[in-house]
Amino acid sequence: MITLTNLQKTFPARGSGVPVQALADIDLTIGRGEIFGIIGRSGAGKSTLLRTINLLEKPTTGSVRVDDVEMTALSAAELRQARHSIGMIFQHFNLLSSRTVFDNVALPLELAGMPKAEIKTAVEPLLDLVGLAEKRDRYPAELSGGQKQRVGIARALASKPKVLLSDEATSALDPETTTQILHLLADINRRLGLTIVLITHEIAVIKEICHKVAVMEGGRIIEQGPVFDIFAHPSHPTTRSFVDPVINRGIPDSLKDRLSPTPQPGANPVLRITFTGEKATSPVISAISRKLNLDLNIWHGQIDEIQGAPFGTLVVEALGDSTSVEAAVSLLKVNHLGVEVLGHAVPANH
Amino acid sequence: MLSPQIIDLLIKGLIDTLHMVAVSGAIGTLIGLPLGVLLAVTGRGELLQNLVFNRIIGAVVNMTRSTPFIILVVAIIPFTRLVAGTSIGTSAAIVPLTVAAAPFIARVVENAIREVDRGLIEAAQAMGATPFQIVRKVLLPEALPAIAMGLTLSAVSLIGYSAMVGAVGGGGLGDLGIRYGYQRFLPEVMLAVVVVLIVLVQVVQSTGDWIARRVNKRNLKV
Repeated sequence: MITLTNLQKTFPARGSGVPVQALADIDLTIGRGEIFGIIGRSGAGKSTLLRTINLLEKPTTGSVRVDDVEMTALSAAELRQARHSIGMIFQHFNLLSSRTVFDNVALPLELAGMPKAEIKTAVEPLLDLVGLAEKRDRYPAELSGGQKQRVGIARALASKPKVLLSDEATSALDPETTTQILHLLADINRRLGLTIVLITHEIAVIKEICHKVAVMEGGRIIEQGPVFDIFAHPSHPTTRSFVDPVINRGIPDSLKDRLSPTPQPGANPVLRITFTGEKATSPVISAISRKLNLDLNIWHGQIDEIQGAPFGTLVVEALGDSTSVEAAVSLLKVNHLGVEVLGHAVPANH
Repeated sequence: MLSPQIIDLLIKGLIDTLHMVAVSGAIGTLIGLPLGVLLAVTGRGELLQNLVFNRIIGAVVNMTRSTPFIILVVAIIPFTRLVAGTSIGTSAAIVPLTVAAAPFIARVVENAIREVDRGLIEAAQAMGATPFQIVRKVLLPEALPAIAMGLTLSAVSLIGYSAMVGAVGGGGLGDLGIRYGYQRFLPEVMLAVVVVLIVLVQVVQSTGDWIARRVNKRNLKV
């Protein structure tokens, strides 16, 4: 649905400053009907990247294809036409304060030259969809943040777009409202088959609704893939710093002090076992323990759900000789579980 | 205290002042509003950036605004004569008042439009709006409360300016105050003129505030 190829964006120097490279070597493919998340800290270039999709930001070089149309090759009038099929919602909603809820949602249709009677029949179902039918004659100043974003969503959907761009749409909302808005977006994605591209600095948003994710840093995409894979096996340190707080792959500090990186007499190896998919629910640990007569002391464990698939980590101390521990590791690997030796536990009374 | 003749003069002065302010304000708005929009949208980084056009219009506006009004009145007498057919009287006074009002209103409108949240322009662009649609459907409606306040300010300034056109026989309340109150030593006339002007400005300001509040949907109670 959306293909960005070798995208670069450089902002010209201001005064005596140097030019700023906002986007570098961006290659991205977003499939039809996907919810694609782009995460990064502020200044990572995610907002610029999102804006190149509807060409609010013109890339310096590279190709932007949306629904098989090369956006960078369009004339001003053709681009305006193409933008009718790309809706956009914003962090600060960007509603017209002078217009009622109804008239805000009607704006894109007015701009497209739709007759008044048709606008009315088009807007009303949208207000129902976002649950704001009774607020139709209210002004944005009379609405809560969540309601304003619902108006923003209805407005973005008015021209029946194929793509919805979401620019930090939940960042100005409280956690409860954020969840409601995210569910609304997921619902729209399912019911209308709409492709959604969202940018956020909150990993919880990615975890909640995205199918795929790209992580950005310094204008580059440092990692991308299905959300489950990125959460289960983050490879870049920045990705890990995003994922760790929600996945909690770490171990408690009190236990961390007892870990030695090298084997020591009397120290038992500590393993981190990662369960993904259906493996998370099968009783592998007890089976291994029984089979190898190996006691496993559980230090820390967590099971989570990402995109509806269970995902768990377990940190265990293996109380046994090195051969049985090695056998356990290879058995775990045979069962397609992730195993990692974190270190060796020095006994507490040492 | 005031003789019926003086009262008649006051009423005539008030009508002349209202006439001058209303006509010059209206024509000034007709010229100043589009000029202000153009100034706002052709600025650096704006919707239709055109710096050459922006600087030229800006320079013309500044020239008019930096000339003291009483000088302007005298300096453009040939132009006044060309437009109004005469250089004295109320109709003639409308010409310099309009020349002063239009650039003032242009700046007021420019500022009001520049205050509109950039995010709204971006949202409209993302919807595929043309620049003209953005001006008409977004910038002007959103700037309306500020424009209403600005036009009120312009009207109050015009009332002040209109007192000076007595210098070219423009009539009005200011002229009455100078000729009767000052030159004929009638302090009660001067006082009456001042009181009428104060009341007039209050009425204009309150009406302007009321309109601005009515069109402002930003501070509604939740």
